Amino acid sequence: MTTLRDLPLDESLASGSLLCAGCGGVLLTRIFEKVLGPKTVTVNAAGCMSMLSVFPFTPFRSSWFYVAMASAPAAAQGIRDALDILLKKGRVAKEDDLKVVVVTGDGAAADIGLQATSGAIHRKLDFYYLVYDNEGYSNTGFQASSSSPYGASTKTTAPTALLPEGTLLDKKDLFEIWKAHRPPYIATISPAYIADMMHKIEKASRFAGPKLFIAHSPCPPGWDVGSDLVIRLSKMAVETGVWPLKEAIDGQVTHSLFMKKRRPVEEYLKMQGRFEHLFSPARQESVIQAIQAKVDDYWKNVTK
Amino acid sequence: MTKELLTGNTAVALGARLSGVEYVPAYPITPQTEIIERLSRWANEGAMDARVVTMESEHSMLTAAGAASVAGVRTFTATSSQGLLYGFEMLYNIAGWRAPLVLANVSRGVASPITLEPDHNDVLSARDSGFLQIHAETCQEALDSVIMAYRIAEDDKVRLPTMVNLDGFYLSYTREPVDVPEQERVAEFLPPYRPQSGYMSAKNPMSVAVVVLDGRAYSYFKYQMHLASTNALAVHEKVAGEFEKAFGRKYPAVEGYMLEDADYAIVITNSLTTTARAAVQEMRKEGKKVGLVRIRLVRPFPRQQVADMLAGKKGVAVFDQNISVGSGGILYPEILSALYHRSDRPKKVVSFIGGLGGKRVGHTEFRHMVAVTEGCVRDDSQLASVLLFTDSDWQAVKGMLRTAGKGEVSQ
Repeated sequence: MTTLRDLPLDESLASGSLLCAGCGGVLLTRIFEKVLGPKTVTVNAAGCMSMLSVFPFTPFRSSWFYVAMASAPAAAQGIRDALDILLKKGRVAKEDDLKVVVVTGDGAAADIGLQATSGAIHRKLDFYYLVYDNEGYSNTGFQASSSSPYGASTKTTAPTALLPEGTLLDKKDLFEIWKAHRPPYIATISPAYIADMMHKIEKASRFAGPKLFIAHSPCPPGWDVGSDLVIRLSKMAVETGVWPLKEAIDGQVTHSLFMKKRRPVEEYLKMQGRFEHLFSPARQESVIQAIQAKVDDYWKNVTK
Repeated sequence: MTKELLTGNTAVALGARLSGVEYVPAYPITPQTEIIERLSRWANEGAMDARVVTMESEHSMLTAAGAASVAGVRTFTATSSQGLLYGFEMLYNIAGWRAPLVLANVSRGVASPITLEPDHNDVLSARDSGFLQIHAETCQEALDSVIMAYRIAEDDKVRLPTMVNLDGFYLSYTREPVDVPEQERVAEFLPPYRPQSGYMSAKNPMSVAVVVLDGRAYSYFKYQMHLASTNALAVHEKVAGEFEKAFGRKYPAVEGYMLEDADYAIVITNSLTTTARAAVQEMRKEGKKVGLVRIRLVRPFPRQQVADMLAGKKGVAVFDQNISVGSGGILYPEILSALYHRSDRPKKVVSFIGGLGGKRVGHTEFRHMVAVTEGCVRDDSQLASVLLFTDSDWQAVKGMLRTAGKGEVSQ
């Protein structure tokens, strides 16, 4: 059983970056780096986390490779292949090998970089992929991405008299898209469940090939939630069933946490300014019910 | 020494193989595909100790190539036309990463309208990216240039990616006699890639391509690339000298042909140079004092050499196999700017556009260019760019327009 006591004390990611207080993405990246240890190269597609390394500083002890928004998994391919060649030819010693870790937001993962990700999974690339899913283009000020959920307000889907719901489209199911490629390991994780996250990263490390993670990643300015409420909100996402914690090993899905009784989604929605228009000035009952129905529909067929 | 009859594509692939390339991210596109087919086969047969990976797009292909080169392996890749444009963002990135890889571009016109045949809008669109550009005239030069390109790109004074351009069809699918250098002698000429920055590893952490939010730092890094690129003028000269010693073939950055006593000069790049040479010979037989300047190194632009060769001529005809829509030939203003400060600059420099989408260009066109330039000198007149398009070209297009249901169209 993995517990918080197992979390390494070593910090691979230093504090003091330019990112927002309470950023879910930073917390997730920090835990990821802690668990994987210092022998990593973090490959980052343009997005919020790109602001971690701003010349002349880097908060990483290990290597960092910033790349264009669409092609972080392709850079991971080039680095992994180069490392394999260097190892084979003895130019890099085995103990100096690196784990290749792609870190991107949901815009890169579900939109502009989906093709590059599909290619990398198809080629069975041996890499980790952490998606900090903040459900929008946060780094550009929070516009809608294909990962924005139905009913959320973003800068491009702000509710109007004509379109009172906010975002009309459903969140793209990246987990299922990835799963169709049959990678050895996929998991969803949450910053409120760090022991679960550690356990999953360690489990994933036993597999060769793509090891893919989608993380619930609250964005304080985009979601309009206080930085002190981020962990509580992430916990609420899991307890309402909005964010199922699960893994898929060779395509077989198991849920890490199964609740006999879920809290109503309303409790999750009410914590965030991006859903405020569903409750005031008038309650949009049909929209709230539709969101609840989507969650119920998901859990209908889940037995454990 | 026996020569083999090789297509330009095979020659380029051999150049990569002889250079000890270790990694090839690939993606097919006409007329380049034969290059990656060859390399894949050699890697799969064990004839070449390289990893060839077919990516899912040119954007990813270029990303993987740049990343591997930065990590410390000798990397080669190839594309053409739409592929180069699809990966365009990464050209600037790779150059900024200072990844000394070699990219073969097999020139092909850019859509729309879509075509398979060559012109240089694809490769010249990348002229500001930071890639060095070598434009080959023959299949032999394409092979030799790949080997030379690694020496230049990996030089510590340069450390920039290099593009070797060869024309689609005219070279890519055309067999020419090629002297294939021996592996041992190439190995002597081109030592293994040992980057000064070391190999990416746990022992050697790197922060690559970090965000620069300060305009001063951005200017510093950009201008450093520019200076590194201009260093490549001297490095190219040194490498070309050593290449000549080792293999007996001479590749100046800018080549003059029948130029010394010439009153008129044609400026040209790439494979049509061979046709232009023949046209110059013909005109010489008729007593016309015509010569030719072939620009092989397009980036960095060898301004001084170009000016030295053209200064003192009466007239210069610049042949651009490309078109900057709304401006004209792309190389023309570069030639003009090289000459402007010379008091002995030619009286007239005239711009000609031809060979777009592989349209035939023969002796008639080159003769016409010289005649028009002579006329401009004689009459002290200046023309806007001249499109090399014959009456029979126009009759053929009119026929097609009729078939397409456009009726009779006036010019």
